[in-house]
Amino acid sequence: MKDLVDARGLSCPQPVLLTISKLKKAGLETVEVLVDNDVSRENVCRAANSQGWTVLEVVEEPGQYRIVINKAK
Amino acid sequence: MSKRSNVFASSLGIIFVGGLIGVLASLLQKFGNPGNMGICVACFERDIAGAIGLHRADVVQYLRPEILGFGLGAFISALLFKEFKPRGGSSPFVRFFLGMIAMIGALVFLGCPWRVILRLAGGDGNALFGLAGLVVGVGIGTLFFRAGYTLGRSEKQRIGAGVLIPLLFLGLLALRLIFPQIEGNPKSGILFYSVKGPGSQHAALVISLIIGLGVGILAQRSRFCTMGAIRDLILFKQVHLFSGFVALFIGAFVANLVLSQFHPGFIGQPVANTQSFWNFSGMLVAGLAFALAGGCPGRQIFMSGEGDGDAGTFVLGMIVGAAVSHNFGLASSPAGIGQYGVYAVVIGLMVLLLIGFTHINRIES
Repeated sequence: MKDLVDARGLSCPQPVLLTISKLKKAGLETVEVLVDNDVSRENVCRAANSQGWTVLEVVEEPGQYRIVINKAK
Repeated sequence: MSKRSNVFASSLGIIFVGGLIGVLASLLQKFGNPGNMGICVACFERDIAGAIGLHRADVVQYLRPEILGFGLGAFISALLFKEFKPRGGSSPFVRFFLGMIAMIGALVFLGCPWRVILRLAGGDGNALFGLAGLVVGVGIGTLFFRAGYTLGRSEKQRIGAGVLIPLLFLGLLALRLIFPQIEGNPKSGILFYSVKGPGSQHAALVISLIIGLGVGILAQRSRFCTMGAIRDLILFKQVHLFSGFVALFIGAFVANLVLSQFHPGFIGQPVANTQSFWNFSGMLVAGLAFALAGGCPGRQIFMSGEGDGDAGTFVLGMIVGAAVSHNFGLASSPAGIGQYGVYAVVIGLMVLLLIGFTHINRIES
């Protein structure tokens, strides 16, 4: 299952809070997080790693980053 | 200069930046800044408010180049690394009030979170109560965030909005150059200059400006934030920012030892008083305000340099808050808390709780 967190326009610590809350939801294998600034990108990646998830890729799109996080096996 | 290789945002990077800021703050004291106040964002914004005549407390009037350097350094860094992104619209009116209350609380304690650490690193035991207040204030802020507190999303804005704070700081720097201090004179052109008290103690313009610019660049890259350090530790058990916070203390402490600026004790500490409960309460109010606004006063300046108009609104709120503090007798002094400081703490806390409870969005959280 895949799920999306839209954290665009939100400031610290909300992107991380929303991401962690989503990662803790049962049954998810992949979570995508949308952020619109570099600080949130760094913070979300750091938080995902600290929760034992793996950041598969960070895709730069016009005006935003799409962070793809996968549950570590 | 790839955005992916931001070494300053790494664990070692933030430790390096925190430690360096500590050493530079200690050096600024050696070069003339007030004791245990090498770099205090709240105190220096208060001095700027005095320099442009928003308040007339004649001991705290000086247009501090460090603050201007912070904003301009962050602006230059954000431009260089393509992180200058004009944005705003996330409850600016509320953020202005948060800035005012943050400053009012900080001036009851007599310092921002940066100065809490610098006072501790200089041996001022009274700062322990400020630190405790800061932790409790930020801790209350994390409870609001857990409950779904949000000031709403910001939106992309035009470049003309993003450059306003850098232009304001550039304008203030121009005023500082056009109207330089005249020895022993409380006024130069339209600017006020303290001839006694902490406002009269300052390093040379060039030194202050260069260090301010350097710190602005490094802090923009590393995302250094003293409030965030405590918040992330409580909220996520994450030590990343906290390691920079600790490094700032160690850097300043070691530099103070080397420069013979470490004087442990509670009595007679520079620009401090011994009213423990109010030191605690003032910083509790400031800490909660910083938490609800999403960054310590330094971080708010760095973000405003990146084009964040909401952070810029908070900064302007702090400057107005400094004027209110001194005009209405809310600010403390080495003699103790101000005549109406007690009311300021109580009312400030009530307004913060009002803001907190009325911005809980359970659906989005």
